[in-house]
Amino acid sequence: MSAEGAAPLSAQRRRTVRRQALSVGAATGAYGVSFGALSVASGLDVWQTQALSLLLFSGGSQLALVGVLGAGGSGAAAVATSTLLGVRNGLYGLQTSRILEVRGLRRLAAAQLTIDESTAVGVGQPEPAAQRLGFWSTGLAVFVGWNLMTLLGAVVGNALGDPRRYGLDAAAAAAFAALLWPRLRSADAAATAVLAGFVALLASPALPAGAPVVLAALAALVVGLRRGGRHEGPPTSRTGELPGADPLP
Amino acid sequence: MTTWTTVLLACAAAYALKLAGYLLPARWVQDERSSRVVALLPVALLAALVVVQTLVAGGGELVLDARAAALGVAVVLLALRADFLVVVAAAALVAAGLRALGWG
Repeated sequence: MSAEGAAPLSAQRRRTVRRQALSVGAATGAYGVSFGALSVASGLDVWQTQALSLLLFSGGSQLALVGVLGAGGSGAAAVATSTLLGVRNGLYGLQTSRILEVRGLRRLAAAQLTIDESTAVGVGQPEPAAQRLGFWSTGLAVFVGWNLMTLLGAVVGNALGDPRRYGLDAAAAAAFAALLWPRLRSADAAATAVLAGFVALLASPALPAGAPVVLAALAALVVGLRRGGRHEGPPTSRTGELPGADPLP
Repeated sequence: MTTWTTVLLACAAAYALKLAGYLLPARWVQDERSSRVVALLPVALLAALVVVQTLVAGGGELVLDARAAALGVAVVLLALRADFLVVVAAAALVAAGLRALGWG
């Protein structure tokens, strides 16, 4: 394995991995337009929107943050929701740190690029050199695409004016549903979603905006810690993405 | 909390989580139950966000308006395996159309 790990990749393999990275970057970049438009519709300005894509760089968390703020939620509730959605990136880091073996500044850069897509393409390669190339090239391709398209979406969204007239508030709900849909493969996931939905529904009239979503996170604890819970199977998706990964960064 | 404070706090927390994966020993989080909770966390949050974005009005009261119809269309499209952008754009169109007709 170590001899194989030291072996340089053939030119053809490098091309294949790079092409995969670019196609993933182009695909997720397109979603950046939705985020940019929804973010300015929620009341953030173009700079704040762009700061999220540059610095937070995790699509589900970014959408959740602007969604909670747009619904009138407090900053604390928005940060809590966004952060809870980002916990999985920490788990990805456990896997990618073993592949990358990075130190110093490169480790700081690798951490920022650790998202669904870079992890999926990286760990999906058979040989170590391709794993590293896959992680870095996908992470960079998605970062560039996501940020450019965020800017486009934010500028266009800003020019549109009243977001309700264009149904952008409903588009946010649809975006969350689209992120949720591929995760509902197991009975545990379905039970969690139903329980969390009910908690949010019942808590909304009583609690300040944003708090019901944070409270609903308890549904994951209740179902996940239950004894004898059915464990989710190994990743079996068509495209080889991670279990529960978003179509966003 | 100003919007900028919120934005920067969320960015710092997100980066801290990503970096923690590179700094913490793997065995801390590899027990089966905690990985199950981590996998279910996005499910719970996203389901709650769908409900709140669709059925809750500004004052926290529950309403059925154009957003609910738009979500219904989105769910049908998701069941038909439509592309993310198609789902989001269709929901916006339905809500905008219904409002233009004076409903919701």
